[in-house]
Formats: sequence, structure tokens, C-alpha cells
Amino acid sequence: MSIMDQNGGSVIAMVGKECVAIASDLRMGNQALGISSNFQRIFPVTDRIFLGMPGLATDVTTLHERLRFRLNMYTIKEEREIAPETFAHLVSSTLYEHRFGPYFIEPVMAGISKTPTGKYKPFIAATDLIGCLNFAKDFVVAGTASSKLYGVAEGLWEPDLEPEDLFETISQTLMNAVDRDAFSGWGCIVHVITKDKVITRTLKGRMD
Amino acid sequence: MQSFVDRYSTTSAVSQLRKVQRLAEEDDEYSDATWGSGAGFGNIMKGSPAFTVPNVPDPTSFLRLHTDDRADPSCRIKIQHGTTTLAFRFQGGVIVAVDSRATAGSYIASGTVKKVIEINPYLLGTMAGGAADCQYWETYLGMHCRLHELRNRERISVSAASKYLSNLVYSYKGMGLSMGTMICGWDKTGPAVFYVDSDGTRLKGDLFSVGSGSTFAYGVLDQGYRWDLTDEEAQELGRRSIYAAGHRDAFSGNTCNLYHVKEDGWKFIGNYDISQMHYEGPGNVPGAPGGGYGYDQRVVGRSSANPPEVVAAAAA
Repeated sequence: MSIMDQNGGSVIAMVGKECVAIASDLRMGNQALGISSNFQRIFPVTDRIFLGMPGLATDVTTLHERLRFRLNMYTIKEEREIAPETFAHLVSSTLYEHRFGPYFIEPVMAGISKTPTGKYKPFIAATDLIGCLNFAKDFVVAGTASSKLYGVAEGLWEPDLEPEDLFETISQTLMNAVDRDAFSGWGCIVHVITKDKVITRTLKGRMD
Repeated sequence: MQSFVDRYSTTSAVSQLRKVQRLAEEDDEYSDATWGSGAGFGNIMKGSPAFTVPNVPDPTSFLRLHTDDRADPSCRIKIQHGTTTLAFRFQGGVIVAVDSRATAGSYIASGTVKKVIEINPYLLGTMAGGAADCQYWETYLGMHCRLHELRNRERISVSAASKYLSNLVYSYKGMGLSMGTMICGWDKTGPAVFYVDSDGTRLKGDLFSVGSGSTFAYGVLDQGYRWDLTDEEAQELGRRSIYAAGHRDAFSGNTCNLYHVKEDGWKFIGNYDISQMHYEGPGNVPGAPGGGYGYDQRVVGRSSANPPEVVAAAAA
């Protein structure tokens, strides 16, 4: 049994039209035993960037604190908010620093940035546990249900979805994928980041 | 050493199988495989069904090498393992309740498995461990129970039926059979439950639970069990125990199948969705408390820390 599957949990992020969505399940377990149905795995980084961390639960807390520290240092030095691309590289290098004794986390990031022309550019990325970046144009997945998420997402995702349609797509993808995974589920949380607001919804899921 | 003993012994399961195979080959020029499966029930006239055995010096360790996923999680052949099944005896008969999830590793392969095997109108068997092993041998047991009826003009006792199964699986000990089953029914002596597993264990008892979720089921079962339970209370206890296991155990869940065995044979009571039981309860059935079984569903509105959703929204 892999240490990556010890606590269970999955995260997915999707790109829409001038919006992005990130969602995860709420289960935290110890192998087959379910412990919590209200475990926070997705954290706000700035007003427009969210970070999801599926993997070992103890490292979720540690890595979150470490990234919060580094982000605060960046913000103070630069005197501006971090860009999503920059944040992705910050996560990547933080993970690679532990190349020979890694954090057992596969982070997923979602955010939108403003271009110099005034347009909003959606951004999603994921890395493996030692920081190999994957900038996808459609969707990224990670966690114990990742193989199932790939299957459903390939079938449901389409380009240029409006925020409400993107919410429906990511919700259906996640809920149906985790119902086929023994280590994910017990409810879901979805964040849709648009140019002027963040919509957060908690979903009722199967409780078995 | 083991292979050495097997090769020259005449009583071990392996040599018995080899002998049957040899006989079958010599017997007629067309093997049974020509007309269908060599292990098919049609071969009952010849004694034990003939299985093909791997053609290696030590078939037992060969099988273990390729099928035991506890020793080697990366091995190719995975056998269904996660399950919760329970059965208990009480004043009104026997309650049998099972979940319906089949997993292969972390993948939920099915959520609609029938884990209660209807051996005959008076006997039920439960399924935990290898799905194929349980299905095949309990069906085979059903055939022998019928032969017993024809020979003796009387129904087989639950004790005799379970002993038939336990002797049978014991003769294959070490060859990788995997089953943990409860043989339940009603005979001359009244309601009876026997636990039989592939190690050869056979136990008579009032209350059993088998599978990865059995610890959770036992928790609820032990707490609520009495001999003088009414039929409705007993059915509710079975349902509630399977719910508890389905909720907490990752490898159990989806739905609960409930059976009740009485003097005139078993009766299927119903199929209940475990997630629905969590949020809304089992529906309008006798013995149900009304409302969901889930923790949040039971504590909502009981203290200021758990306001009902409508009130919380109004306050905000």
C-alpha cells in the first residue's frame, strides 16, 4: 500500500471561459477506515488563486504552512500580489528542495490572472510530488481517484464553458469519479473563480 | 519438501486432483472440456468435479505466488476482498444482511453484487472473500442438499449442510480457495447459523459478522442484540449494522440486502441504499426510527452548535 493512498482524497481543476474551477472530496481516512467527512484540502492563496493538495494528510498541513510563509515573504519583498504562473514555480521549487525525501503531496493549482491588455487569463497547473510542473489547457487531476477522474473528465469537458456550466461539469466529473473510488468521497467542495468573484459550494455526496 | 511430499503422497488434494484428471483422460477419448467446462456441475456423477491444475512441480505454491495479494500487492490476479456480511439468530428466526460492493484494489468494480446465495428455499449462504469460490461451492452445496433430500426423504439439517461445505473446502486446503461464509437456515432444531471458512473452520453460533467491515457491524450488532428481539427490531438491527459498516469501511457500501429466515423458509425483505439511509433513513419500513442514520442528521437542531440549515441561513 502506497503512502500516497494512506489518507485518500482527490482534487481536480478545470479551465472555462475567463474562469477556472477547482474541486475536491472531503474524506480523510486511515487506509480503509473513514475518519473525517469535513477535511479541507483546498486553500485560498490569493483572492484569485486556489491550491489543492491531495496526498498524505500530515504533509497537507505542513506544506500549506510552508507555502504560506514563502508567499508572505514574496509579497513583502515584491510589494504586489503573486501571479499564478509564479506561484506554480514557487510550489515546484519548494517540492524539489525535498527531492530525496519528498512531501507526499501532488498539488493542483487554479487561478486567473489579468493580462496587460485588460483581459482575464485562466490558469491551471499540477505537479508530481517532487515538483514536475504540468501546465494543462483543459483540466488537471490528482489523488487516489485520478485515473477515474481522467476518464470522466475526458468525456465531459469542453472548451469555453461559462462559470455555471463549468460548475456543473466539474461537479459531475468529481462526484461520478469518486463514487468509483474506495478512498475518496464523503462529500465534495467546489470553487469557481471568475474575474469578479469566487463561488464556493459544498455538495452532498454518497456517504459510503 | 512440500512438493516432494505432494508428489509421492496419495491422499493430498493435489494428488487426488491429478488422479481424477488422469482417470478422466484415460476414461474416454473426448474429455469433458469437449462438451463444456471440465469443472461443470454436469460431472457430478463422476464424484468430485475435475479442475485443471497448473502443470508445475508444486501447484500450490505456484498459485500462492500469483494470487495472494497480501504477500504481493502488485500481483496480477486480484480477488474480491472487501465486504461486510452478518447473520444472527433470535426468537423470530435468522436475519441475514450483507452489503453489495465489490472492489479490486481501490477501484469499486461493482455496487450491485448479490452476496447472499440462495442455496434452496430453506438455506442461505453469505459471500465474503473470493466471489467465484463462494458462488461455485455454495451452488454445488445446493445440489448435494437436494440429493440428500432425495436419498433420505427429509430436508438436510443446517449443521449437515455446513459440515458438507467445510469438509469440501478443507480437502482443497492450501490451494488458494478464499471464502468466509455463514450458512443460515431453519431445520428440525429451529433457526441455525454456522460460520464456515476456507481454512476449514466451522463454528455454530448466534451471531456472526464476516469481512473488512465486520468490526463496525459487530459494534452496532452487539449493542442492540437480544434474543427476544421482535421481527421488526431484528430487521432494523441488521440494516443499521450494515449501514455502519458501509459508512466507515472504504471497501463496503452501496446497498444492503436483507433476508429473514423463518420456519417456512427464507424471505427477501428488501434492498436499501446506504447513502439514502445516511441522509433519509431506510424509508417507510417497520422498525425504522424515522430520519437518517448519519451523525449530522441525528444531532442537527439538538444544540446551538448544530442549528438546522434553514435557521443558520436566516441568521446570516
